[in-house]
Amino acid sequence: MLKKENKIFKNLYNEFGWEIEHSLKRDDWKDTKDLISKGREWIINEIKTSELRGRGGAGFSTGLKWSFAPKEIGSRPHYLVINADESEPGTCKDRDILRFEPQKLIEGCLIAGFAVNAHICYVYIRGEYLNEGKRLQDAIDQAYKKNFLGKNACGTNWDFDIHIHYGAGAYICGEETALLESIEGNKGQPRLKPPFPALVGLYGCPTIVNNVETVAVVPTILRRGGKWFSSIGKPKNTGTKIFCISGNVNSPCNVEEEMGIPLKDLIEEYAGGVVGGWDNLQAVIPGGSSMPLLPKKICDTITMDFDSLIENKSGLGTAGIVVINKDQDIVECMARIARFYKHESCGQCTPCREGSGWMWRILDRVVKRKATFSDVELLSDVTKQIEGHTICAFGEGSAWPVQGLLRHFRKEVESRCREEPLIKKKLNNPYLVDQHLLENKNA
Amino acid sequence: MSIKKIHTSQPKEFKFSGENMRKVEQILKKYPEKNKKSAVMPLLYLAQRQNDNWIPLAAMKFIAKHLSMPYISVYEVATFYSMYNLEPVGKHFIQVCTTTPCLLRGADKIVKLCKENISPNEHEISKKGNCSWTEVECLGACVSAPMIQVNDNYYEDLDEKSTKEILISLINDKPLKPGSYRGRKNTAPEKISINEEDKHA
Repeated sequence: MLKKENKIFKNLYNEFGWEIEHSLKRDDWKDTKDLISKGREWIINEIKTSELRGRGGAGFSTGLKWSFAPKEIGSRPHYLVINADESEPGTCKDRDILRFEPQKLIEGCLIAGFAVNAHICYVYIRGEYLNEGKRLQDAIDQAYKKNFLGKNACGTNWDFDIHIHYGAGAYICGEETALLESIEGNKGQPRLKPPFPALVGLYGCPTIVNNVETVAVVPTILRRGGKWFSSIGKPKNTGTKIFCISGNVNSPCNVEEEMGIPLKDLIEEYAGGVVGGWDNLQAVIPGGSSMPLLPKKICDTITMDFDSLIENKSGLGTAGIVVINKDQDIVECMARIARFYKHESCGQCTPCREGSGWMWRILDRVVKRKATFSDVELLSDVTKQIEGHTICAFGEGSAWPVQGLLRHFRKEVESRCREEPLIKKKLNNPYLVDQHLLENKNA
Repeated sequence: MSIKKIHTSQPKEFKFSGENMRKVEQILKKYPEKNKKSAVMPLLYLAQRQNDNWIPLAAMKFIAKHLSMPYISVYEVATFYSMYNLEPVGKHFIQVCTTTPCLLRGADKIVKLCKENISPNEHEISKKGNCSWTEVECLGACVSAPMIQVNDNYYEDLDEKSTKEILISLINDKPLKPGSYRGRKNTAPEKISINEEDKHA
């Protein structure tokens, strides 16, 4: 369990006020100038020592990412981009940082901007978070008034400006290159990598893209030392993390805890337990909808960190924990997630654009008990055709939850299927047409 | 991908108001001068706000001209992102999150209430009052599920009773306050007594 003094986000529930006067009392902007005067190398090394891993889902080492930015500013300016396009179902941590701890984010932006040689920072906030964006803008204005931003920001001789750019309801813009496309004024469709954004990013310039939570913890790490951060949690899975616990629990909540905390502790201690008791637990999605679900047996003992979840063929992702109890139809829940991915596919790569629709339709058939046994094979096959065959990780994100369902609940799925195909007589249709479409008008 | 419909009756002309033109200048300052195109998304929002919460084709043409970009590029952006309404919506536009975390806590009941109280179909202006509703994907307030967004505001921790009250207040054009409807402090853990557990089962 995390000790109270080790909490980074002390105002996660806005008990002490979000305004700059209040956040100054919580030690935000304390000695920022001194920290920056220690230089780029020191900052990046300290972050490397802390073993901070990106909080946006992929879990890539933040210090390493920063070190990819060119050491000197060449002919092209550098950019820092903050990913606040929080849309992963089950995740709502960045929203609370934007609302209640905006100065942590802003200070983190200045430090990160300095570390990667960027004078301009864009914060890409999802369009639905309009009120959160207004709050951040107010906080930015307050920081400008105190000369923490702008020319010679915070007395560091470093000019730094932050601009907010709103998204408009596209999940895919959370993918870093799609996000850059979106800022550039295009459809949010991911780019082929390499080149990686660190060398060719926004407007073709070196760009570092970081998640809100990642950047917001940076000032505290530098103030208290990378060693302090790495002493919390488990080796290679260090520090604190905001967990969002939603679904069939008695009191859904956001909570900051140490990495590697047992899942059962999180649910019982903070979220008031599973509705109907721990024995009524059916499955848990541990890291936002893209991560494969875990059945109760694994949930009994699993700890919440990147590596132990990967061992169990899932992932920490954004740490959005969705609890599903036995009162729910597990196939229906996953069919709804498949529908989400069908809706949000950007349409650039064929396997994802078409496959996400296939997965949803097959699962929908299973829910309605109209599927055949061969459909289950087909479903499994479709997930493998998508995985690894798309430009971005959306393909995996849409295929993994279905694979997880088949891995742990195949019997449940098959118990709803039947031998006989739905359409017996041969229709004179091209074989590529999904026969299911002929049945339902609205499919 | 979702299909977006363009409204059948379109105004011929569109121009930003004087005040909005000043905002356009402010927005353009955020981006490098040769990357004016970046302003297309904020400008579409501005047009949407000026035009009763939907974007006519004339506005896209205007924005294309103003940012010296092809009309089709603006059209592409406007049709790609789901928050740009390309046909009129109600004065109170209700978006119901129905993705799994909300579904687990009863989002389907909220959809049913919208069908009963607002209109049987999505994107249909209500007979009484000036409301319309639609299902949307995850709105990023999963620990406050189920929830709806009305225009810019989130109404969280809903149940059937509170949803009905909110919907009726919208029909009567006297919207209730946004925020949590279970009286909780933001997203903090709550102490819930045993009796209340059954309510959410």
